[in-house]
Amino acid sequence: MIRTIIINVLRFIVLVFIQVFLLKNITLYNLSTPYLYILFILLLPFETPNILLFPLAFLMGLTIDAFYDTPGLHAAACVILALVRVMFINITVQKEGFDNEPEPTLSIMGFRWFFTYILVLTLFHHFFLFNLEVFNLSDIQFTLSRIVLSTLFTVFLILISGLLFYRRKERK
Amino acid sequence: MRNLLIFITKYNAFFLFLIFEISSIIIYVKYNSFQKASVINSSNEVTGRLYTQINGLYDYLSLKEVNDSLARENARLRNQQKSSFYIDTIARHKINDTVFKTQYEYIDAKVINNSTNHSYNYITINRGSKDGIAVGMGVISGAGIVGKVVNVTEHLANVQSMLNKDTRFSVMLAKNREIGYIRWGDDLNPTKGMLMDVTNNAQPKLGEMVVTSGYSLFPQGIPVGRITNLHPKGGGISLNMEVTFSVDFTKLQYVDVVDYKFAKEQEGLEALQKKDD
Repeated sequence: MIRTIIINVLRFIVLVFIQVFLLKNITLYNLSTPYLYILFILLLPFETPNILLFPLAFLMGLTIDAFYDTPGLHAAACVILALVRVMFINITVQKEGFDNEPEPTLSIMGFRWFFTYILVLTLFHHFFLFNLEVFNLSDIQFTLSRIVLSTLFTVFLILISGLLFYRRKERK
Repeated sequence: MRNLLIFITKYNAFFLFLIFEISSIIIYVKYNSFQKASVINSSNEVTGRLYTQINGLYDYLSLKEVNDSLARENARLRNQQKSSFYIDTIARHKINDTVFKTQYEYIDAKVINNSTNHSYNYITINRGSKDGIAVGMGVISGAGIVGKVVNVTEHLANVQSMLNKDTRFSVMLAKNREIGYIRWGDDLNPTKGMLMDVTNNAQPKLGEMVVTSGYSLFPQGIPVGRITNLHPKGGGISLNMEVTFSVDFTKLQYVDVVDYKFAKEQEGLEALQKKDD
């Protein structure tokens, strides 16, 4: 229990640092911007109660907002991401399986489930993030292409980080 | 009552979602229309200090470029010195200095945070109210205009960059002094801006310089960029054209804040005029 908390706090800090001081400066052709920090919300344990999950998502969003000078924008997108996460897990994972599958990571859940999970959730997050930022529908095509390309970039980075921390032994 | 409680606990995810989503949207809408005079921005003490420290690291990486630009600016300033001109008239009128009153004052500042890849970009600089910076002052760099100050704390200030969809500055064509205004382009490209509302008889040319008009926060003649595309969009009574900024916003390091001494007076005077209308 304590180990899980420490790991998640560390993950929070490291992801905020990577996002703010490294990835914030990366943009490919003005189109593709990675938002790796959502990995924190994606990797919270299955058993996280909703009453904790939503404040954590909100807090993560606000922290990123503080560095990006966009109060509320990332927070709103993160809260939506948390809701989609709850619904996705309700549909695809059996409640009884929580004991031997504590966290939705690549090494525990396997590639197919993990890939669908991050793809769907990242798409939702980016869709709301970019549309909230632009806040009008006049150049929706440009916004959509930004969403798709940024999603590809983010998913790519998440997969790489998943492979970095891949541990075969954990799979039972 | 009991049924209501059961209902709420059963769908707790949705209600939690509603609470946090609504509060974040409220924060978003509120603080983004009031020029972000909030606790949550990068003039904030904690994020500001972190940015300052990380910036110390970045400084070493870009020393070479800064040196180059300083050398270039030195050369430019040396060209303007009296000693570099050949004096062809000996008779000169001596002008008493008390005639002049300082109109513009420059405060140098260092960029400690900068973004170019959002729809609304802001720059944080390491000078604040203690150094004489106030909201509404213009910001320039060695190469041209950068933005205007929107938010000030004691040691830091937030600058609304030229690369911001809300930014508008009054500019003119350098040659025939036709007035228009400059704004950022539509495709989030950090090097391109749009020059709007120039009269149809201006006849601009490709590559012509665009400079500030002196009607707003900046002295007259500060470079803005060069015209790179003349496509008339919208048509009608005015011309619009594409401008490539002379400032490279992605590599911004040092800027000067322009303190226009008569700004208050001009505002007051123009406000009087509006009352008369």
